[in-house]
Amino acid sequence: MGAQSLSALHLLFTGDPALLAIVRLSIGVSLSATVLAALLGAPLGALVALTRFRGREVAIVALNAMMGLPPVMVGLACYLALSRSGPLGAWGLLFTPKAMVIAQTILVTPIIAAITRQTVEDLWAEYRDELTAMNVGPLQRVATLLWDGRFSLTTAFLAGYGRAAAEVGSIIIVGGNIEGFTRTITTAMALETSKGNLPLAIGLGVVLLLIVISVSALAWGVRRAGERFAA
Amino acid sequence: MTMRAPHSDLPILFAGVDIHRGTTVLLRNLSFTISAGPPTVLIGPNGSGKSTLLRAAMGLVAPTCGGITWGGRNVPSPTGRAIVFQRPVMLRRSCAGNLGYALAAAGVAGADRKSRLAELLRIVGLEALADRPARRLSGGEQQRLALARALARNPAVLFLDEPTASLDPAATKAIEDLVRAVSETGVKVVMATHDLGEARRLAGEILLLHRGELIERRPAQKFFADPCTDAAKRFIAGELLI
Repeated sequence: MGAQSLSALHLLFTGDPALLAIVRLSIGVSLSATVLAALLGAPLGALVALTRFRGREVAIVALNAMMGLPPVMVGLACYLALSRSGPLGAWGLLFTPKAMVIAQTILVTPIIAAITRQTVEDLWAEYRDELTAMNVGPLQRVATLLWDGRFSLTTAFLAGYGRAAAEVGSIIIVGGNIEGFTRTITTAMALETSKGNLPLAIGLGVVLLLIVISVSALAWGVRRAGERFAA
Repeated sequence: MTMRAPHSDLPILFAGVDIHRGTTVLLRNLSFTISAGPPTVLIGPNGSGKSTLLRAAMGLVAPTCGGITWGGRNVPSPTGRAIVFQRPVMLRRSCAGNLGYALAAAGVAGADRKSRLAELLRIVGLEALADRPARRLSGGEQQRLALARALARNPAVLFLDEPTASLDPAATKAIEDLVRAVSETGVKVVMATHDLGEARRLAGEILLLHRGELIERRPAQKFFADPCTDAAKRFIAGELLI
């Protein structure tokens, strides 16, 4: 079993095209979803942090609760929306990588938005007087707080990426785990496990862990360098 | 110092201003005018309302009762005013980055920004530290940077909230020299301090506050030589006003 567990790593390092395609797709889908979620979630979190509106407390509770959104529920909702008879069926996205990106974006956006809200709210408490005294406008305030909170927000991005990279429930529903097209590391692991091919599943798991650790290490390095030279 | 005398938000008129926070009265029935001229220094014990008065004059705190006008206009937006807080917050960027941000916020065009930035760094003596992260500057250096940031707005009125509190004598002298130089360019300086020595060195006029009330207002020389009120006499003598 030990030797078999290394088979995925062996295939990876010897450049097996099928495995590399799976790894590429996994990274591509998760990173795309995380970037999209950051583009949506960071401004949303900042908006909730900086504005006062009726039902704000409810919105914050809902945002926090959505961090634990079950992937299979998101997958099912996306499936219903993207299926032929669904409202977005005409787009023809079901069982494509784009559908997987959409599902993961929905999963990750609340995580990034909730962490951003907390970060920006804390920073705003510190900056409020200075920025008000400088007569900085609302949009510029948001931009300033997001920029100055960028190192803390790295954590939000990492948490989002971790969620996307590790989840299987939504992408297996909307992607269909089609070999050579929508198969990712996690969906391949699910398949191999169901077939009883545990060593390969474990090997793929190790590959997934290496990817997540590498992204984390890279982000940590960027954060440390930034804090050292810019903060 | 080559700053130009800016357009004016002066005079600043307080008319029957009360400021409450919850059930606490921070300022009580203040009516006075801040006009152009030498520095106005607010003195008084902790909790007397000095910082609240500066914030109100800056437009950061709205009166609970009464009104404030700036140059005859009721515009709280701080267009011709700037403030240096007692503990200024440094943005998470370099010294020059902080100053560049303030210049951009003040609407200084990109072409002029570089030369203005260099000028302000020279004025506050931070040219050599331009690229250093602002949060790693010493307390005195941060105060000087905060002062430069405030001057970036080219203000008519500059409010300083105990700018030398917790600074050593050398850093205090550097700040006081800057305040004098700024005042000489025609900028109205309004400063809070609990340091009577500093008030003697800098003030053109003194406002003594106690428990949110204006106890005495006089030209500095007269205030220190011949205070009118018992509270002022006791404060100058070093007694505790409770």
